[in-house]
Amino acid sequence: MIQCKTSKAIGGMGHSLKRKEDARFIQGKGNYVDDVKLPGMLYMDIVRSPYAYAKIKNINIEEAMKVPGVVAVVSGRDLEKYNLHWMPTLMSDTQMVLPTDTVMYQSQEVAAVIATTKYAARDGREAVIVEYEPMKPVIDPFKSLDPSAPVLRSDKEGKTDNHIWNWKAGDKEKTDTLFETADVVVKEQMHIPRIHVASIETCGCVADYDKVNNHLTMYMTTQAPHAIRTVIALVAGHVGLTEEKVRVIAPDIGGGFGGKVPVYPGYVIAIAVSFLVGKPVKWIEDRSENLQADSFARDYHITAEMAGTKDGKILGTRFKILADHGYTDASANPSKFPTGMFSIATGSYDYGTTYMECDAVYTNKPPGGVAYRCSFRVTEAVHAIERITDRFAFEVGKDPADLRMQNFIKKEDFPWKSPTGWIYDSGDYHAGLQKAMDALNYNDLRREQAEKRAKGELMGIGISTFTEIVGAGPSKDFDILGIKMFDSAEIRVHPTGKAIARFGTKSQGQGHETTYAQIIAEELGIPAENIAIEEGDTDTAPYGLGTYASRSTPTAGAAAAIAARKLRDKARKIAAYLLEVSEDDLEWEPGKFFVKGAPEKSKTIQELVFAAYTNHPQGMEAGFEATHYYDPPNLTFPSGAYICVVDIDRETCEIKVRRFVAIDDCGNIINPMIVQGQVHGGLTQGIAPAMYEELIYDEAGNILNGTFMDYLVPTAVESPNWETGHTVTPSPHHPIGAKGVGESPTVGAPPAIANAIVDALSPFGITHLDIPITPFKIFKALKEKGVF
Amino acid sequence: MTKTITVTVNGTAHTAEVEPRLLLVHMIREVLNMTGTHIGCDTSSCGACTILLDGKSIKSCTVLAVQANGKSITTIEGLAPEGGPLHPLQEGFKENHGLHCGFCTPGMIMRCVELLEHNNNPTEEEIRWGISGNLCRCTGYNNIVKAVQWAGAKMRGEETPSTEPEFV
Repeated sequence: MIQCKTSKAIGGMGHSLKRKEDARFIQGKGNYVDDVKLPGMLYMDIVRSPYAYAKIKNINIEEAMKVPGVVAVVSGRDLEKYNLHWMPTLMSDTQMVLPTDTVMYQSQEVAAVIATTKYAARDGREAVIVEYEPMKPVIDPFKSLDPSAPVLRSDKEGKTDNHIWNWKAGDKEKTDTLFETADVVVKEQMHIPRIHVASIETCGCVADYDKVNNHLTMYMTTQAPHAIRTVIALVAGHVGLTEEKVRVIAPDIGGGFGGKVPVYPGYVIAIAVSFLVGKPVKWIEDRSENLQADSFARDYHITAEMAGTKDGKILGTRFKILADHGYTDASANPSKFPTGMFSIATGSYDYGTTYMECDAVYTNKPPGGVAYRCSFRVTEAVHAIERITDRFAFEVGKDPADLRMQNFIKKEDFPWKSPTGWIYDSGDYHAGLQKAMDALNYNDLRREQAEKRAKGELMGIGISTFTEIVGAGPSKDFDILGIKMFDSAEIRVHPTGKAIARFGTKSQGQGHETTYAQIIAEELGIPAENIAIEEGDTDTAPYGLGTYASRSTPTAGAAAAIAARKLRDKARKIAAYLLEVSEDDLEWEPGKFFVKGAPEKSKTIQELVFAAYTNHPQGMEAGFEATHYYDPPNLTFPSGAYICVVDIDRETCEIKVRRFVAIDDCGNIINPMIVQGQVHGGLTQGIAPAMYEELIYDEAGNILNGTFMDYLVPTAVESPNWETGHTVTPSPHHPIGAKGVGESPTVGAPPAIANAIVDALSPFGITHLDIPITPFKIFKALKEKGVF
Repeated sequence: MTKTITVTVNGTAHTAEVEPRLLLVHMIREVLNMTGTHIGCDTSSCGACTILLDGKSIKSCTVLAVQANGKSITTIEGLAPEGGPLHPLQEGFKENHGLHCGFCTPGMIMRCVELLEHNNNPTEEEIRWGISGNLCRCTGYNNIVKAVQWAGAKMRGEETPSTEPEFV
């Protein structure tokens, strides 16, 4: 049971408060970007390349301009006149807005058609005739580094190959020596496939440039509105759009998952066109465009190795990665680390040595490297360590649960410094795994499995005990284009004791309107229902870096608590004045100050707020407002213990997830109902890449599953009934002891599922299968082992 | 070339001149300016645009506006009287945390209206298959199942199950 310090009426932390934002969503009154309709608005559609790599010989717009309603067709040559045909990526690489000469991936934007209606824009798009001269693309990242491969980024002066960067961490010499001498060494080659966040709302915007006032309002699907405003000012300042003339509004967002962090060419083209014609321009991409051209996630080829003793002690790990970034490095890893947080790959285990290295390459695929609901490459890291840990357990003949218990970092050893330098704040890994094992009677399942194996049936049990690293981040390591990754909260309490609070983050379904109100209610005793929460408008909200990487609670949540504490301090001063006692004689309970030993002498928070406007002590500033910008001293390290049970049909190779128990530890819990909801959703986005999702390209660079017909987002039928629970190990450095939870399940679930499937197949000597693990992949693996 | 059609939407008759190729979902959103019905794909896969056409749940991106001529439509906006009591499904989704971002929610609820009309006491499996034409990327479906069961109980006049989250 979670203990609450406040009454249900106040609704502070620990209460499963129903969500405040739901009223509009269940009645069709949400306000998403495609719902924005402005007078005189034009519609934009985009011509896209059918080729992965080709020279543009000619763009003929003659027929398109004859289509009734079409007002303009814009190409890269048109943008070039304003120096708007290129833009920077979040990783300080460069990306075409529209090409002038060459297309670099299939479905790349080639030209934009502007028209008075959506249908006219589409008709115009079909009438644009582009002549291409196709070239042989580089699709396989391993071949990308071949000396005979064409240099794709010939736009970069002096570039002689397709290598982007090399990154390394850990101690190479010590690790190499260990691997030469260790009794047991295991190794697997694994691909974490290219996938897509596929939020049900696609991306889009309405760019509204007002010529009279030289002012741009940008309604946009963005997880980071302030950062976008600054980027717009940096890119378009030279044409007069300086930062005070730009307002970014992120209205309700239909799911983000990292896919709404980057700046896509469509946004920039819409701004450029609105700027030129002085009318609002709406661009809403189709699902197919979204899957085929917007940022992908993952696509890491990892060689993972583990060294240890014969009795199961882990001694060291080694990881070698090849990262396929597509045509440009448009990753969202706003840190000093081009691999984001991959160096968390040492996992939840106590050992001293690791070495990891990554090379990134260009190919003729769409750019990206966003997170798909994960904190900058943590999913790749966790998959590698959790798979290779199981491989090691198999090699030394130990139960994977026992082996994990043997190697976990002990709770008394926190804070714990990892071999790559992270300071894990807190955790109790033994308690989490034990709770998960108890929840499904682990030992009984192993007995059942032994009986089934004797009969030739395929049953598997898979474990994943992961450590996440979230809440980016401390300003020494994290920034977006130089702007440090703090976040902010501003609280204004009105004379009648009701409040509005504004934040630099932006909910995409996480429930901020409820949970932020609960944090403030906890600190001030004002009922959460009386606290309005606002985000997403850069004209009103304090500057912040947005919502992704499970950072809202660790950063803006902390800012809310501290801003509220500033107000409580002010309330204490007013209470001392009104009650004619010293501040030290006052005691706080949620909602009021009272005199120690005389609880009948008290003032409620509402009375104190009213006094701040009507009867405040002389010399005190009137009003009741506070702002805080929070720069976290460390990241937070949520953890989890997940166990998955699968049954595989021996004839059809169909996989059935029989049970899945997820025990998460995200520190102190703000709203148990919302935390559970986040875990449910993340688990379904975990089973997705484990069993269904992958963006597949053929040798010519054609995407083979670029629509919802064949990119398999799990339905309610594929998604099992999730069983969830928690342990609570507060973060010692966070003001409310919370850690963040949105991404833990996406990170932790895929290796639990993969480990369960491989466990089921282990009697045949199968030690690894790449995700997504499909019935056909199992059939092929079993056939190789002579089963069929 | 346009065609004049009359469609009754949430009880009100609307007459409009439309192109024969206009999708019903575009008529609802762009011509009638009712934006509660959403668009999440271009292949009739996601179900975000689900509405009731003569009482039957359909994906309005797969029907032409002219095919709805003379027919009656219910969208999420018409499910409960404005300011009046919510439909049990709307209440069930809110009480059971059956939504996060809210984008799939209108389509999901409209699909479930028909589901419960056919069977007001569905099993978990019947609900999961019943909503398998509607994608949700946020919730993992657990609480949507719970919301539909809760609404079913309410529609049957029975005591509704607890909405507190259950943990192992």
